[in-house]
Amino acid sequence: MNERLFKNTSVLSKLILRRDRLRFILWILGISVLTIATAVAFPDLYRTATERQQLAETMVNPAMTAMVGQGYGLDNYTYGAMMAHQMLGMTALLVGLMNVLLVTRHTRLDEEDGRTEMIGALPVGRLSPLASSLTVMLGVNFSLALMIGWGLYATGIESLDLNGSLLYGSAIGSIGLFFAGTTALFAQLSDNSRGTVGFSIALLGIAYLIRAIGDVSNETLSWLSPFGWILGSEAYVNNYWWPIILTLGVAIALVGIALYLNVIRDLGGGFLPSKPGRSNASPFLQSPLGLAFRLQRTGFIAWVAGVFVMAASYGSVLGDTDTLIADVEMMMEFMEPVEGAALTDQFITMLMVVMAILASIPTLMMILKLKGEEKNHRTEHVYSLAVSRQKLLASYLSVSIFTSIVMLVASAIGMGSIGVVVIESDITLGTFFSSSLVYLPALWMMTSFAVLLIGWAPKYTGLTWLYLGFSFVVVYLGGLFQFPDWISSLTPFSHVPDLPVEEVNLFTLIIMTVIAIFITALGFVGYGRRDIQG
Amino acid sequence: MRVLSTKGLTKKFGQFTALNGVDLDVNKGEVFGFIGPNGAGKSTTIRVLLGILKATKGKATIFELDAWKDAVEIHKRIAYVPGDVTLWPNLTGGEVIDLFVKLRGTNHKSKREELIRKFKLDPTKKCRTYSKGNRQKVALIAAFSSEADLYILDEPTSGLDPLMERVFQECVLEAKQDGKSILLSSHILSEVERLCDRVGIIREGEIIESGTLDELRHLTRTQLQVETSKPIANLSNIDGVHNIEKQERSVTFQVDSEKLEDVIKHISMFGVTKLESSPPTLEDLFMRHYEGDDRTLKPGDGGKS
Ligand SMILES: Nc1ncnc2c1ncn2[C@@H]1O[C@H](COP(=O)(O)OP(=O)(O)O)[C@@H](O)[C@H]1O
Ligand SMILES: [Mg+2]
Repeated sequence: MNERLFKNTSVLSKLILRRDRLRFILWILGISVLTIATAVAFPDLYRTATERQQLAETMVNPAMTAMVGQGYGLDNYTYGAMMAHQMLGMTALLVGLMNVLLVTRHTRLDEEDGRTEMIGALPVGRLSPLASSLTVMLGVNFSLALMIGWGLYATGIESLDLNGSLLYGSAIGSIGLFFAGTTALFAQLSDNSRGTVGFSIALLGIAYLIRAIGDVSNETLSWLSPFGWILGSEAYVNNYWWPIILTLGVAIALVGIALYLNVIRDLGGGFLPSKPGRSNASPFLQSPLGLAFRLQRTGFIAWVAGVFVMAASYGSVLGDTDTLIADVEMMMEFMEPVEGAALTDQFITMLMVVMAILASIPTLMMILKLKGEEKNHRTEHVYSLAVSRQKLLASYLSVSIFTSIVMLVASAIGMGSIGVVVIESDITLGTFFSSSLVYLPALWMMTSFAVLLIGWAPKYTGLTWLYLGFSFVVVYLGGLFQFPDWISSLTPFSHVPDLPVEEVNLFTLIIMTVIAIFITALGFVGYGRRDIQG
Repeated sequence: MRVLSTKGLTKKFGQFTALNGVDLDVNKGEVFGFIGPNGAGKSTTIRVLLGILKATKGKATIFELDAWKDAVEIHKRIAYVPGDVTLWPNLTGGEVIDLFVKLRGTNHKSKREELIRKFKLDPTKKCRTYSKGNRQKVALIAAFSSEADLYILDEPTSGLDPLMERVFQECVLEAKQDGKSILLSSHILSEVERLCDRVGIIREGEIIESGTLDELRHLTRTQLQVETSKPIANLSNIDGVHNIEKQERSVTFQVDSEKLEDVIKHISMFGVTKLESSPPTLEDLFMRHYEGDDRTLKPGDGGKS
């Protein structure tokens, strides 16, 4: 029995570890460092019990509760209670995402690419590929739990005791295994990797949403969500272990079902019916522009939704700005208060630049897709047809520009529609629109940089992301690090006038647009001259 | 009339010379077979012809237009099928066919349906579910349902079953009857023998042979097995004799086809008791060139070695 089902599982596990060791290490280190660094930062940010208590009061509002959870021990807001309140839910979400991506990669994606078939032809058990992937994920989540648990305890911060820290780590590890289980299940149900990731992330989002709604309105509802369970462990406050056991139990059940389904299905098959697609292309698809958009439609829609939700959640905290910022010294350093400007306005400008940088991500993805298509030997088809290089590049560029506009509009509407309600002054939606759309030239400069690399140095298009990361550090943490002016001036985002605090500076905006056009044109020249790889 | 022509085509990737002075001509209404071992430079030549790669030196023209500069104009009248067809996983086969036909600018609706039926393709399936053969069918249907004057096919049948291979051959012959030209890079000898009017053989980036199949056969060697009453003297010194192997009573060797007469005259002096000959096959021709025999014929050398 075991021989037939599980032979050589350990060998396959080692193969997975070998293939992706760097990926695992980066995820584990990244999440642990994020958690521990936050814990270490808290005592500096909130020095006294009074400060913490003040923070607790500002945290108790529906928007915050929806975002991070209802929180426990608010009447004695220790550093531990702060961690469990402000960090645990978000970190759990991130760990869930990690599990979805990693499990899909080692299950359905391997199967789709034909690797599982080759493995299956060797003397390995029928369940070995899935079992090896889950074994590795068990190890990854367990390591993560230990790293975070011991790491938090090792900070030596008062109230981060051993029991609470281990519970906190276990909460992270168990929600990780929960989503490893659901993804393994969806990998059986859906017959392709896009579907697997799609369903799993949808479930992740819905579970978080149910908890958010439950925490705000009806606590029983929260107990339908695994996020409700692990937050209900009340780490550092009451330290209940049973929700962890519950989460692990359900995870094991999910894994059991996944393994069972894996045995009874065919290789390459699934259980969800895959409906036949169109047998003819819609008129929309029949142009390079249509193709460029169609290929990225799902991603586009997901990003619009994501940017909107993010902006809306920022909008929801605008009402508390004055208390939120004035009380916290650290925030003042971030913000570099401007004489005579309302704190709320200043806060809006800070959020807008973050949203603009977030909006740059899909904008750049849309143009860089062309490079990915080339790498996968799919532009070759298009160029063998009556399509010029200029036309194809222009198609992707149009999609990118369209995306930049839609994303900034989504962030204006998202933040504004809630902002105008919660802010007590007479701010209008128009203010949000102008302070968001003013970033368009900056986004276009980012796009032009990508076009330039696609045209002249396609191997180095990754630099675009580095540049965006640099921009984020400079504009977001600029106040904190006090960069010299010439460094800040290297990113287009720092040249954009900070609406509504500053005046619109049309001249700067026009210059930026002209530079973007010039660099883009340069990219077009290069793209017209070089070899296409495939 | 020349439909496609390259002159001294050279392509370097950094230090590596993938093509070294390739001369090719495809005339109107002919099927030209382009053959050579893996990595010889077939796909590279084709990509230069498509204007996807830029030639380092030399000239490539299609319909008398420059393959690089006038790519778009040329592509309106050609159809291309790559050897390794990668498609968009989330589009259906039917959508891809329509897209290709539309972008090429010519439409042939009835042909599309007929070809889908002939090739037995389900156009409602997403491309990610297609096997290699099915992806090739998508590209072939898209190619043959366009009104093209020149078809460039780069090992288009490597994933097709024999039945589909036959459907493909019908398509090629039909196109030829309509006066279309075809550049077919292929590894399947029976396919080349059946379809091609002329062939060119490329090895390590150089064309080492080209002409009609009959001309090339002429360059091959006949295998002879001879038994004589007296031992044959001086056999190895005769022009055009290769690979001599002596057995107990007989001797086996190869003769360049054009030297056959001289050789027969020579051995007849030693009392032939038994003579067996096997005719040259296309396969021999290929094998000789593919293996990189150091006695490889130079183009135009007429088989002297
Ligand atoms: N983009 C490239 N960069 C470097 N070398 C290449 C590139 N494309 C092809 N080559 C090399 O050129 C040679 C010819 O390749 P190719 O034309 O694909 O051969 P064929 O199609 O005849 O099998 C091979 O040695 C291959 O490795
Ligand atoms: Mg090739």
